[in-house]
Amino acid sequence: MNYRQARWVEPLIFELSKPGRVGWASPEKPRERINVPKELLREKLELPELSEPEVVRHYTRLSQMNYGVDSGFYPLGSCTMKYNPKVCEELAALETASCIHPHQAEETVQGALELMYRLERCLAEVAGVARVSLQPSAGAHGEFVAMLLTRAYHKSKRDDKRNQVIVPDSAHGTNPASAAMAGYEVVTVPSNARGRVDLKALKAAVSERSAALMLTNPNTLGLFEDQIINIAGVVHDAGGLLFYDGANLNGILGKTRPGDMDFDIVHFNLHKTFSTPHGGGGPGAGPVGVQKELEKFLPVPLVEYNEKRGRYSLDYDRPHSIGKIKGFYGNFGVFVKAYAYLLLMGAEGLNEVTDAAVLNANYIMRKLLRVEGYELKFDASGPCKHEVVFSAEPLKRETDIWAHFVAKRLLDFGMHAPTYYFPPIVPEALMIEPTESESKEELDRFVDALKTIAEEAKSDPDRVRSAPTATAIGRLDEVKASRQPILSWRAYRKSAKE
Amino acid sequence: MGHPYIPNTREIREQMLREIGVASIDELFADIPHQIRLKRKLKLPPAMSELEVKRHVQAILAKNKPFTQMLSFLGGGVWPHHVPAHVRSLVQRSEFLTSYTPYQPEASQGMLQALFEYQSMIAELVGLEVANSSMYDWATALGEAALMCARVTGRQKFIVPKLISKDRLSVLRNYASGPGLEVVEVGYDRRTGQLDLRQLRAELGGDVAGVYIENPSYLGFLETQGDEIAAAAHKTGALFVVGVNPISLGLFKAPGAYGADIVVGEGQPLGNPVSFGGPSLGIFACRDELKLMRQLPGRLIGATTTLDDKARGYCMVLQTREQHIRRERATSSICTNEALCAVAAAIYLASLGPRGLCNLAELCASNASYAMKKLNTIKGLRSPIFDAPHFNEFTLNCDDTRVLSIQKLNAGLLKRGIQGGKPLREEFPELGKTALLCTTELHSREDIDRLASALKELLGERR
Repeated sequence: MNYRQARWVEPLIFELSKPGRVGWASPEKPRERINVPKELLREKLELPELSEPEVVRHYTRLSQMNYGVDSGFYPLGSCTMKYNPKVCEELAALETASCIHPHQAEETVQGALELMYRLERCLAEVAGVARVSLQPSAGAHGEFVAMLLTRAYHKSKRDDKRNQVIVPDSAHGTNPASAAMAGYEVVTVPSNARGRVDLKALKAAVSERSAALMLTNPNTLGLFEDQIINIAGVVHDAGGLLFYDGANLNGILGKTRPGDMDFDIVHFNLHKTFSTPHGGGGPGAGPVGVQKELEKFLPVPLVEYNEKRGRYSLDYDRPHSIGKIKGFYGNFGVFVKAYAYLLLMGAEGLNEVTDAAVLNANYIMRKLLRVEGYELKFDASGPCKHEVVFSAEPLKRETDIWAHFVAKRLLDFGMHAPTYYFPPIVPEALMIEPTESESKEELDRFVDALKTIAEEAKSDPDRVRSAPTATAIGRLDEVKASRQPILSWRAYRKSAKE
Repeated sequence: MGHPYIPNTREIREQMLREIGVASIDELFADIPHQIRLKRKLKLPPAMSELEVKRHVQAILAKNKPFTQMLSFLGGGVWPHHVPAHVRSLVQRSEFLTSYTPYQPEASQGMLQALFEYQSMIAELVGLEVANSSMYDWATALGEAALMCARVTGRQKFIVPKLISKDRLSVLRNYASGPGLEVVEVGYDRRTGQLDLRQLRAELGGDVAGVYIENPSYLGFLETQGDEIAAAAHKTGALFVVGVNPISLGLFKAPGAYGADIVVGEGQPLGNPVSFGGPSLGIFACRDELKLMRQLPGRLIGATTTLDDKARGYCMVLQTREQHIRRERATSSICTNEALCAVAAAIYLASLGPRGLCNLAELCASNASYAMKKLNTIKGLRSPIFDAPHFNEFTLNCDDTRVLSIQKLNAGLLKRGIQGGKPLREEFPELGKTALLCTTELHSREDIDRLASALKELLGERR
């Protein structure tokens, strides 16, 4: 183990400020008098004052204290942290992509519309749906839109009793949150002993009040909902819709499609499955696809192509549309990257992505099952899909080292931690998603690291508890941070005075 | 041959399968019922090499005409500015670019500190103590602000000015529809564009959760009655929400200084490209009051110390508001946000500093001022239509010409290599043949003169 993250004692940019310095030069002097009453003008603006090289050095150092997929293994479950091809960045940065305005005359943005049209067609094929709106900015945003579409659908049937959305207890937190945001009451159904939706419980949960079921398949345990045909039947028979949470799409590309499983609404995470970088939290994109029956409710505008005229256009003339869900047409810069990625992969490439990603997860599952301290809580008989959720409960029981400590200690091995304590139905959960981007050697290194940590938990527990030590900083007081939140330099100075 | 992005070749995969005792890859998919298996290949364009993809995508995008290659006067929610080279090069550093949400603060101090600095600079700019680390964009930030006002006050009505972008209003209505909030539009003074205070006061009552204004307004003029609107809202226990173009705050009074409780806005002009309207950056800030902070949507980065209290560090805070903990009781479902755009904004603001931002704001306003003066001298044109101070956007009306519509006028301009302003007829029929134009530091006087002579020529032709 020889990992060491950069460790700068880097002050806040405000503390580096020296009056009079500036990192920007005006292209010209303002020449007009601006006719604004004095009381509307600003008196004081305390932004930092630095020259360009100082700014560059500061943020370069900060970047060195940050871990990305390009730094190493990032098995964060349900986040699909795969490699992001560099050429996609280059293309999105072209002036012909980055310097076009959403209100330009249509004939001057034909390329942008064509790219969106083509991307929509590709996504519709991958998911097996009729049409896709690219507008939502992120996964949770897509879920929210899906819930608005659900409401519009039932409303169009004059069915206004449906005020419940069903969510499995293993669902991503965004699912119930998005349903609630759209005004729905959330009904949670438990998982069965096999880690799948409990059909009996689902049957008991559906009623004339059910608007939809939100489901991710493979689910958050990395297991395929093999009863999906029955699940879909139960929900549809009750008059509800099926929403597919696309977070785990990387596990089934080219093998099966949400549409083939009878889902009505699907969302995608372009920043997961389609390899656009996550940028430390965003931007992403969360397009939403629907079957024919729901098409008319999609947000405006959609891109249409007139073959005769050879022209693309934005169609706002959609009287049943739910309207707008974001200021413009979606995160276009992300679309360019996702479209380039789709072309780089093609159908066979995507199929191979899923082969490799699923194999990598199964490889970890089988190897780690042989390591003492970690176990599977649900079905270990069959294969997993793109991810696997282990429980560190045996380790905790024996050594009082929790999943939390294991995760922190992993950072010292130069690897990112898995998602932990999620899904909530697995105690001491370690949710591991290796993606297709990792080599066998890297996976072996990961399993070895977990084995070493399990051994250390017995031989040198303090070492595990005091981890990480190879990162830019040691363990933080997160409790204090939330008890007395200091959310800005202004607040920081105020608290320092007190 | 191997795949450029998949390190495990077929041979290695075979070896791995043997090691874990699985006969074939297909066995790993045996749990997918046969009926739903895709029995054909996906119908996608054939895979291409990097070189081919580059040529193919470049060729599609070449059909666009970027505003760097033609004179354009479009704004209206996203604004073209120069993005300094170092801003782009820093946000492209792959440690930032390829990281996920900073769930492990010890390994993500860089992103956390950068976002804390972003929050700090936004807080300073808008004159409040608290800012979150980003929303999707201005429109969704407004939607979330309305929901937050309703949660804080327990009331169901949200007041907005009639003169806001209809797209933004549509997004707001979608957000408001969940809890069934009523969105009420308040009119404006036909001469000055200012909010109709009498109507506002009549609408205000014990049922109003929040009052929203934009400053500068959607149509470019300043709302000069900020103090009075704030006082009226607060008197009835409503929160006061202000929407901003952050560049304008280099010059104008911060909303916090005239009573704003919540500030939202579009952070794109702070070092992010226009990019056909996205990614953009939703600004969201509020007063330093626990009652408000606990109802904030989105991620918050806070300062803290190491457990041994020896060093300062940063981590995500108040996560119990968020979806991954609170689930259906979360303040919002937002998870992925626009973090990298926020980092760009931090770098941009740190580079410009107070003087740079002030100069830039002045230059943008000065160009608009020059343009209005110049266009107003053309017979039949009126600019702006409202008698009020303006920032960098303004209206242009051609009711007194024989031009049939702004669309027609723009078509003529486009033939002369100029993209005119945004037609406003659909949004505000009562404003007649009016367009919304924008100038920034990208425009020179000569550019504005060119617009003026093209308009003169076009109007002359029709006479």
